[in-house]
Amino acid sequence: MTLAARTAVAHQPIDAPLPELHDQLRPMDHLDALEAQSIYILREGFARLKKLALLWSLGKDSNVMIWLARKAFFGKVPFPALHVDTGKKFPEMYAFREHYAKEWDLDLRVDPCPPIDSVDPTLPPAARSAARKTEGLKMALAKYGFDGLIAGIRRDEEATRAKERVFSPRGTEGGWDVRDQPPEFWDQFNASPPPGAHLRIHPILHWTEADIWAYTKREGIPIIPLYLAKDGKRYRSLGDQDITFPVASNASSIDEILLELETTKVPERAGRALDHETEDAFERLRVAGYL
Amino acid sequence: MTIAVSPASLTTPNGTTRPLVRIVIVGHVDHGKSTLVGRLLHETGSLPDGKLEMLKAVSARRGMPFEWSFLLDALQTERDQGITIDTTQISFRTHSRDIVLIDAPGHAEFLRNMITGASQADAAVLIIDALEGVRDQTRRHGYLLQLLGIKQIAVVVNKMDRVDFSADRFTAISDEITAHLTSLGVTPTAVIPISARDGDGVAERTDNIRWYKGPTVVEALDALTPSQPLDLLPLRLPVQAIYKFDDRRIVAGRIEAGRLQAGDDIVIMPAGKIAKIKTVESWPITPVSGPQGAGRSVGITLDRELFVERGDVIGHVGAAPRDTRRLRARVFWLHDQPLTAGASLLVRVGTRETRATVVAIEKAVDPGDLASEAASEIKRNHVGEIDLSLAQPVAADPASDNPKTGRLVIEVGGRIAGGGLVLSVDSGQRAATADIVPVESALSAEERAARYRHGGAVVWFTGLPGSGKSTLAKALERRLFDRGGSPILLDGDTLRAGLNRDLGFTPEDRAENIRRLAEIAAHLAANGHVAIVAAVSPAAADRAAARAIVGDRFREIYVATPAEICEQRDPKGHYAKARAGTLANFTGIGNDYQPPADAELAIDTTKQNVAASADAIETMLAGSGVLIGEVVDLAAHI
Repeated sequence: MTLAARTAVAHQPIDAPLPELHDQLRPMDHLDALEAQSIYILREGFARLKKLALLWSLGKDSNVMIWLARKAFFGKVPFPALHVDTGKKFPEMYAFREHYAKEWDLDLRVDPCPPIDSVDPTLPPAARSAARKTEGLKMALAKYGFDGLIAGIRRDEEATRAKERVFSPRGTEGGWDVRDQPPEFWDQFNASPPPGAHLRIHPILHWTEADIWAYTKREGIPIIPLYLAKDGKRYRSLGDQDITFPVASNASSIDEILLELETTKVPERAGRALDHETEDAFERLRVAGYL
Repeated sequence: MTIAVSPASLTTPNGTTRPLVRIVIVGHVDHGKSTLVGRLLHETGSLPDGKLEMLKAVSARRGMPFEWSFLLDALQTERDQGITIDTTQISFRTHSRDIVLIDAPGHAEFLRNMITGASQADAAVLIIDALEGVRDQTRRHGYLLQLLGIKQIAVVVNKMDRVDFSADRFTAISDEITAHLTSLGVTPTAVIPISARDGDGVAERTDNIRWYKGPTVVEALDALTPSQPLDLLPLRLPVQAIYKFDDRRIVAGRIEAGRLQAGDDIVIMPAGKIAKIKTVESWPITPVSGPQGAGRSVGITLDRELFVERGDVIGHVGAAPRDTRRLRARVFWLHDQPLTAGASLLVRVGTRETRATVVAIEKAVDPGDLASEAASEIKRNHVGEIDLSLAQPVAADPASDNPKTGRLVIEVGGRIAGGGLVLSVDSGQRAATADIVPVESALSAEERAARYRHGGAVVWFTGLPGSGKSTLAKALERRLFDRGGSPILLDGDTLRAGLNRDLGFTPEDRAENIRRLAEIAAHLAANGHVAIVAAVSPAAADRAAARAIVGDRFREIYVATPAEICEQRDPKGHYAKARAGTLANFTGIGNDYQPPADAELAIDTTKQNVAASADAIETMLAGSGVLIGEVVDLAAHI
C-alpha cells in the first residue's frame, strides 16, 4: 500500500480514539497482518522441512492458503498440492479442482481413500467417513514420504483445533498428543519431527471465518458457488456430499456472507454431521490423525 | 469454537476497523480463570444460541451443578481432570474493541502452554482468589508476562463474595500484587474486585462493591491497545530464505522493525556486507514502490551478487545490529532437566540457529517466591541469567533496543526448552558510534562559575503529582536568577509536549523520559547552568539511573507532601480522572510511587511555605558546594 493510500485508510471514521501521529503511519490493516503472519509461517515451513505438501480440500480455507503460498513464493507454489479424495465431493468441487490446478500451475496429487468396508464399522457414519479419510492421508504420507503437511485448519472452527500449535508434531502413527505439545512462542517453531513422523503446519490457524471471506473478497480469490445462497440455502463448510448439509441463508454474495457472520450465532460446522454424533467424536479423530 | 456476537453489541457499521486486542487470562490454578471467561462471554452477549442450555443439560445429565467454566472445557479429557490443559481462543466484543481471548492454564505443570498462549497476547488479565491471595503461580505468571514483553496487565481479585466483599481484603491484595508487579517494572492498568460467578465487577459495579470506583473488567478491556509494529526503530529484516524460482534472486523475510524501500543502502549482518536494495518484489503485482513497514513479509533483490543466507539480518547502513559470538540473556527454563553451566544447546535468534555453550549461570531465581538460588543451575519453570558462547556469529540487539531481535529460544532434542531476552551483546560495534566525536565547549567551568556565582548542578524534584514540585522549582528558578545565576527549568510535562511527545506512561516510556531529562540536565550542568528538573519520577531505579548519568552534580529533593493532600489539591485534575478510570497509568492512587531514601533534602509543603522551602533549598545548595558566596577572583586561579 502506498503512503497516500495508508493516509486515506487512517482517515476513515472509526469508533476509537484517533491514533497518535506515528500510529497513522502504521502500514498494515488487520488482513495485511494476517497475511504477513501466514506468509512467514509458510516460508518457515519451506525452509525447515525437506518434503512438504499442502493439503488442498478445495474449500474456501485451503484456497486462501494456496493464494498465500503464491504470495509467499512470488507466484509459484513450490510443493505439491495433495487432495486426499473420498470420491464423494460435490461435482462443483471436482470442476473447481480441475480448472484451478491448471490455472494456478499446481503440482496436483490426487490420492484415493481406501474402501469404507476397511474402516472400523462401530464408528457412527460421519466419523467412519472421516476415519476413512485419515487412512487415505496415512497412505499418501507413506507413498510420498512427506515430512510436513500444510493444513488449513483454524482455531475458531472447533474447540479442539483451538488447542493446536502452528507447527504441530505428529507421532509415527500420525497421532496427535494434545497433552504433550511443545511450547511455541515468538514465532519460533518446533520443526524437528522424529524419523518416520511428520509435522502439521497450520498457516491460517489464527484466522477467523470472517477473515477468510473478507480476504477472499479483497484479493478476488475464486470460490465454489455452493457457498453462496440459492433458494434460501447455502453451504458454510464443504465436505463429503453425504455428510454435509446446507444452512438456511439468503447470503448470495461475499458481502452478504460477511453481514450474516456479524449476526449469526450458528457455528460454522453446524452442517457437518461429524461434529454432532458424539460429544468427543472430533477430538478422538484428531488424536488419531484427522485434520 | 465459533462464537459470534449479537447485533446489539455492534457499535460500528460493518466493515470499519476496530482495534483488535489479544488478551490472555493467567493466574494460579483454581483462582477462577475459566469462570471469568464464561462470565465475560455471557455478559457481552457472545455465546452461540443454545450453548448455555446445552451445557446446563450436560451438567444435569452428569449430576453436577452448572459452572461457567464448563463453557471452555469442551474437551473430554479436561472435564475428566477438571483442569484447563491448553490455550483456547475465543472472540468477543466490548464497546470499542474486538477482543481475542486466550485462556491459559494455571497449573504449574502446564507452564509451557501458558507461555505459548501468553506470547501471542497484547495484554494480560492476572486473576487472584480473594480468599487465597497472591500465590506462587500468581507471582510466576507476573514475572513471565514481563519477560514475554507484555506491558499491559489488568489484575482482577476474584471470589470477592467469599470474603464478604471486604474493601480491606481487596486493598491488601491490591497493594501486594501492585508492589510485586512494580518491582518487575510493570504498572497494572487496573486492579478490580469481582465475583466472576455472580457477575460483580465484570460488566457492572454492583452494590456489593460500591466502595470501588475504578473500571469494571469489561471497561478495563475496552481501554487496552493493540501492540504496535515497530516502524520507528531501525530496520531489522531477518532473512528467512533466498528464492531463485525464476531469473530473480529474492531475499525473503519479515520486517521485524523499521522500514525499507528500493534504493536503500543496507548492510547484511553479521558479515557486514554492504548493498543497495534494487527492487521490492511482490505478487501478483511486482515490483512495488513506496516504503514497506514493520510486520510485513517482503522479498527484495539487491544491486549486486552477494552471499546472503538464512539467519542473516539486514539493517540500514549506520544503524545495523551488532554481530557477536557472546550473549548475555535472561531466560526462563521449561525443560525437565535443569540448565547447567557447560551445557551444549541449540540457540535460535530470529531465523539464525547455532550451537551454543552455557559459559556461566549468573543468577537463578524461582519466580514463584522470588528466592534466589545457588547459581549453578536453572530448574524447570525457573528463570535466570546466563552467558552464552555461540558456535557461529549472530546479528542481535539487546532486548532494550529491539524487543523482536533481542530475544532467543533454546532447543534441546529438537524441542523448544526455554526462551529469553538478550541483555547485552558483548563484541562487535555499531557502525554509527565510530562517527560520534563530542565537541568541547570553548568556555571553562571557572569562567562560567565566576559569572553565575554557582557551579553547574542538577536539582531534581521528585514527588507525587500535586505535591508542589513545579511551584518549588519555579521559586528556586527565581531565586537563582535574582542572584545572577543561570537556572534552567526542565518541567516533565513541558518536555512531554515536545522532545518527549513520542513517549507514553508505560514503565519503559517513563524510564526513557527520565533518561532524556537526565541527559539534557547533565549537559546543562556540565556547562555551568543549574538545571532544575520537576518530574514525578516514581521509580527509584529510574532516579538512580538519572543520578548515574549526571554524576556528582546531582541533588535530589523529595517533595514529601502527604498523598491525601496531593489528591485534594489535584491542580491538573488528574486524580479525579484516574479515580474515574479515564486516566490510565497515573501515578498517585496506586502504590507505584517509590519514595527516595537518599535524597539530599526532603520538603513537606504542608509544614513550610514556599519561601521557607526555597530558603532550605538554597542552604542545601550552598552547603554542598553548588552556590558560591563570594565572587571568584579569576586571577587567583591563574
